[in-house]
Amino acid sequence: MSVERLLARKQVCICAGSGGVGKTTTSAAIAAGMAARGKKVAVLTIDPARRLASSLGLPELGNEERLVPGDFGEGELWAMMLDAKRTFDELIEWHAPDEQTRDAVLSNRIYQELSNAVAGSQEYMAMEKLHELHQEGRYDLLVLDTPPTRNALDFLDAPKRLSSFIESRSLQLFIAPGRLGIRMLGRGTGVVFSAMKRATGIDMLDDLSDFFRSFGNMAEGFRERAERVNALLADSRTAFLLVTSPALDSVDEAVYFHHRLLDSGLPFAGVVVNRMHPLAADDHRADLARLLGDELGSKVLRNLADYRLLADRDRASLERLRSKLGRKPMICVPELDDDVHDLSGLARMNEYLFGNRAPAQTGAE
Amino acid sequence: MPELLNRRLVLVTGKGGVGKTTVAAALGLRAAREGRRTIVCEVAERERLPALFGDTSIGHEERELAPGLFGISIDPERAKEEWLRYQLRSATLAGLLGHSRLFHYLTAAAPGLTELVTIGKVWELAQLQRKSAKASPYDLVIVDSPATGHGLAMLRAPRTFSEVARVGPVHRQAGKIHDFLADPGATGVLTVALPEEMPVSETLDLGERLHSEMGMDIGRIVVNQVLPERFTSAEAERLESVDGDLPAIRAALTEYRRARVQRAQLRRLRRSTDASVTTLPFLFTSSFEREQLEALAARL
Repeated sequence: MSVERLLARKQVCICAGSGGVGKTTTSAAIAAGMAARGKKVAVLTIDPARRLASSLGLPELGNEERLVPGDFGEGELWAMMLDAKRTFDELIEWHAPDEQTRDAVLSNRIYQELSNAVAGSQEYMAMEKLHELHQEGRYDLLVLDTPPTRNALDFLDAPKRLSSFIESRSLQLFIAPGRLGIRMLGRGTGVVFSAMKRATGIDMLDDLSDFFRSFGNMAEGFRERAERVNALLADSRTAFLLVTSPALDSVDEAVYFHHRLLDSGLPFAGVVVNRMHPLAADDHRADLARLLGDELGSKVLRNLADYRLLADRDRASLERLRSKLGRKPMICVPELDDDVHDLSGLARMNEYLFGNRAPAQTGAE
Repeated sequence: MPELLNRRLVLVTGKGGVGKTTVAAALGLRAAREGRRTIVCEVAERERLPALFGDTSIGHEERELAPGLFGISIDPERAKEEWLRYQLRSATLAGLLGHSRLFHYLTAAAPGLTELVTIGKVWELAQLQRKSAKASPYDLVIVDSPATGHGLAMLRAPRTFSEVARVGPVHRQAGKIHDFLADPGATGVLTVALPEEMPVSETLDLGERLHSEMGMDIGRIVVNQVLPERFTSAEAERLESVDGDLPAIRAALTEYRRARVQRAQLRRLRRSTDASVTTLPFLFTSSFEREQLEALAARL
């Protein structure tokens, strides 16, 4: 199975998985591979650690796409690192009906914290940017490296969380003019607010109602956007690729994620398993002794025994993955001798992602 | 690493997938062995700690996993309720707020509140005077922090809230938590890394950001999964000169090349940081259980 086939007729590829499985590297490799096949591709990361930039040989990435230098033939590779705060500000500027509202929101302390905080807003902004680039239609393919959330699934809920928050009754009441809305919340609300003030020392009522009143003017625009983002995720031109390592906990996470994708009706395309140890069927004991002598020969054999242990462990978790996923496409990439952190490393990885080279070519399977 | 075990709080940080939970558990085991009443806190939704001790789950309770070693998986919702109860000193008012849909919406929307109550709970565990009369104090609290970006957000939360609130109880308490975190005598930072390009870069980056954003410094870096150097360069040359494609030779060359790349990254890390660097060996095992954890604890 090749990534090229999985992504045929796709315009969006979302790479998801738990931390440390090579998600960022896989996203970059896929984008580079598709560019080398003549596509105009942009890869988006939200990773604050500048890892994508370093593996693409760029000094840094910003909130605008940059052209990655390299020979991609007819294709082009662009990369950007998402600045969640900047994207949020741009959205406010876009949705604000007038300058006064825009400034009121941008300078509100609660907004500033909201847009800076990680809780959901980064994830949402990643989706938002994806949607925006897709709308503009400048690229054949967009590859999204999903944020390293505590829970790999958080970002799936992000658009829904925002729209349900906007639709929530309490927000609607805040938006009502003056204190009328607050009064409509009924008896007991005053007690809630004074208890909150006692607990926090913050006059939530004033700060929050201020914020929600200005934000409320834009609520409808935001809600529509969130719906369109949701529609893009579910579109048949979108592909979700799960990235995992053979470690049991990341395999379990991938299985769980797969269920969630199916439950939500989102287009699952396949799994990439990184860092597999190749399986050696035969140790060629006699040849080794003849070629290397007893001392080095037996050292090489002891080392092989250790690597077999790892290969067996990897096979076992791959079996587990296969039994849970059924006949879904699965692409395995072996543990490479060099650390992958540049374009030539990505090209080596692509021999497995795009070629039909299998990592277990050492001996028969 | 005695210097870390003498702190009240140790934050175990690092990129995702480098083995933070394992190192936090091994460090906890080591501290408990030395007679310190220790608790390891998980802050992710998914619990990984109990499996290392053959347990199924811990939840938001302080539970003894091994003699003198406790574990807790902090649930932000529960931490929020505890804080409210303590703050209002009235179960009725706390219940009223806790059940108010409005309050729920507002706190769900209040950015960074989850991070604040989580780190607040950690801080409370590290106090000699516990908030609840029946709770016993710990000598050492170890936190298995979220991956780099989220971990920093959690550490920044107290100061942010203290600034937003300006006056009042949140301002005071959040300020106290921040001071505790930033006090090198009270709080130590241990960063787990792998001897590879990206984890090393991310570790150095984290060190700079901790320093500039929080005034904190990494006390120790634990480099996990370091491969043994099994083959000399002369042996590798001999292996490379062999004709034919033997899997055993390929495995030997892989081990040689990877070990060499790792050594280069380890040198780069040592050159670029002031923190002490400790290494843990790569374990060639098919499963990671208590036995392997004990072996790592002995190496720390």
